[in-house]
Amino acid sequence: MQNHFELFGLVPAYALELEALEKSYREIQAQVHPDRFAHAGDAERRASLQWTTRVNESYRTLKDPVQRGRHLLELHGVDVAFETNTQMPTEFLMQQLELREELEAAAANKDSSRLDGLRSRLRLQKKELENEIAQAIDGKKDYGGAAELVRKLMFLDRLDSEIDVAYEEIE
Amino acid sequence: MALLQISEPGMSPAPHEHRRAVGIDLGTTNSLVATVRSATPAVLPDALGRPLLPSIVRYGKDGAVEVGYPAQAKQALDPRNTVVSVKRFMGRGLKDVAHIENAPYDFVDAPGMVQIRTAAGVKSPVEISAEILKVLRQRAEASLGGDLTGAVITVPAYFDEAQRQATKDAGRLAGLNVLRLLNEPTAAAIAYGLENASEGLYAVYDLGGGTFDISILRLSRGLFEVVATSGDSMLGGDDFDQRVFCWVVEQAKLPPLGARDMRLLQVRSREAKEHLTYHGEAPITAKLSTGDVVDLSIDSETFCNITQTLVQKTLGPMRKALRDAGLGVEDVKGVVMVGGATRMPQVQRAVGEFFRRDPLNNLDPDKVVALGAAMQANVLAGNKPQGEDWLLLDVIPLSLGVETMGGLAEKIIARNTTIPAAKAQEFTTFKDGQTGMSFHVVQGERELVADCRSLARFELKGIPPMVAGAARVRVTYQVDADGLLHVSAKENSSGVEASVVVKPSYGLADADIERMLRDSFEHANEDVHARALTEYRVDGQRLLEATRSALSQDEKLLGNDERESIRTAMLSLEKLLPGNDHRAIKRAVDALNRATEDFAQRRMDEGVRRALSGKMIGSL
Repeated sequence: MQNHFELFGLVPAYALELEALEKSYREIQAQVHPDRFAHAGDAERRASLQWTTRVNESYRTLKDPVQRGRHLLELHGVDVAFETNTQMPTEFLMQQLELREELEAAAANKDSSRLDGLRSRLRLQKKELENEIAQAIDGKKDYGGAAELVRKLMFLDRLDSEIDVAYEEIE
Repeated sequence: MALLQISEPGMSPAPHEHRRAVGIDLGTTNSLVATVRSATPAVLPDALGRPLLPSIVRYGKDGAVEVGYPAQAKQALDPRNTVVSVKRFMGRGLKDVAHIENAPYDFVDAPGMVQIRTAAGVKSPVEISAEILKVLRQRAEASLGGDLTGAVITVPAYFDEAQRQATKDAGRLAGLNVLRLLNEPTAAAIAYGLENASEGLYAVYDLGGGTFDISILRLSRGLFEVVATSGDSMLGGDDFDQRVFCWVVEQAKLPPLGARDMRLLQVRSREAKEHLTYHGEAPITAKLSTGDVVDLSIDSETFCNITQTLVQKTLGPMRKALRDAGLGVEDVKGVVMVGGATRMPQVQRAVGEFFRRDPLNNLDPDKVVALGAAMQANVLAGNKPQGEDWLLLDVIPLSLGVETMGGLAEKIIARNTTIPAAKAQEFTTFKDGQTGMSFHVVQGERELVADCRSLARFELKGIPPMVAGAARVRVTYQVDADGLLHVSAKENSSGVEASVVVKPSYGLADADIERMLRDSFEHANEDVHARALTEYRVDGQRLLEATRSALSQDEKLLGNDERESIRTAMLSLEKLLPGNDHRAIKRAVDALNRATEDFAQRRMDEGVRRALSGKMIGSL
């Protein structure tokens, strides 16, 4: 399996060295981007397209807190199993239910300030979860525990994108 | 007396010849061509010194084609054969076009892209756009003194794949080597950012004749990064004219109008709109063919009222783009205004209120896109040495999806993903001995396929017959730097490359393009053979140059055999180039491309290694 961290010369860790990542990303893009090869031959253009696609995908994976967690755990041989493992602690599910009810109510009342409130609460929760994941993976090396946290984070991500849809419907 | 130029060996004054490259803004209302000369971008005017070319094409009975001002002058007299705002029809079906009842054309309801019956025959929007591009190409060639190496053509950021493909096809039909399709707001950001040495987050608000785009970009030294884009590809200055037109019809209590009167009043409505930018009131007078006389006056307040919903319609996409970027209005450092329609005071006001800051207006909103495109064309043609150029990272404006069971769209590449991007999916057969599969690719954000835009249906053929579920077909969707989609498929257990037949829903099949190319040659009395010869020679020349420069940098990456086979392929191409056999040249070009395949890959790997080596050593 390809190691997205290695591509950018980074040490695999959940706590992201954002500046180093962005710097490497730009430096590699400067070498491989199709704009550099617009007047080159077919072979070079093809190689450039493949490389840039790969670099973009790795960059996107690392920047995304859920995908970064999933990738890191895979590197440690742990499958996050988004699709098959939907078991969640009851307390978390209750919390989710509450948030969703709040979302529906805000959408039904076309209340964008209520959506704003919900969003900032959600973002705060996400930040906390990300810190917990970093501790579990980088600190305690508790990969099984981290997998559950990443699944939780994915739940919150979904809710986040549903808030987007609600905003669009209000507008 | 000729001056003698003295140069030391190895210090040649011109490392390579400056390549003629242009940027083209193919607009709904007006089009422009620009180039970079002596490090300065400039719009190329016509022989009379006019920078704009009205995007209007008139077809005569004798097959004659008029483009620009001459066509504009006759639009009210011959509305059926004079096509305005053809950009609105690019990559669109008949039922996609708003206000079609007010367009005076004889539309042909064909499956796929809408077509127009003119005195010179049925024309597709691609052919009509190609006429505009041809005039700009000729203007540039005359002004720059020779064939063009290539062109960057701009498109609205919110154009979907079908609209982009149609634009690229039009470029090809006009005899242009399209180096890149560039998003209009991104082009504007290049021109603006370089002019003002701007850094930070900027919004580009682009309201053109027929399209609206909003893009949020992060500008830093040497990098233009699009963070999010949104818009409405069916909203523009034309709609403001339309509101005035409807107001006139209502005020003057006019009966249903003929095509000529309709066009006349549309022209008058546009003039009134433009007048209102600088005046509080605008007269609208016209003598109709029915004998009716229209004599009205519209004031700014009325104009604002009847167009308020249009201005409001631009706010939704602005909020969406900010949300997608995860930003608030306070994060945006400046708002660049692009497109003639942003001259309207009510638009300026609305944008200023939304972003809580005055919009930036120090570049001509009509020219800024073409200037930015010219600057990018100059980079793409290789006229700028590395280090002095910049990197442009753009995104796909609308999500790509495939149809799954029950008419649902499954997203494969999300909107605002940096391009190029790709996604692979694996499928299996559900019947014994099944050798084919069909797919439907759509673009849009909605869950139901019926609510998204159909891009293409494609069929996989040539899967080796096996028991159900044994075949593993891997389909790869690749979006290139132009935002265009390429599909490939492979059966994994046998390694058979399945053939992909793509039927574009609104675009033109390759065969259509070939036919149009042939037609246009016959019409222009151009020699197909001569044209092909020129094209392949340019191609061959370019490839030779690129290979020579690759060898001079990285020859050490080659084994003896490989070096030998590349040299041989170069030699045979060099020998064939001056000849007249375009097929032989094409074969030699292909052979050289094949011979350099591995070399290109290794050079790219080497480039990445070099880019990272500094850091590796540093972190040791």
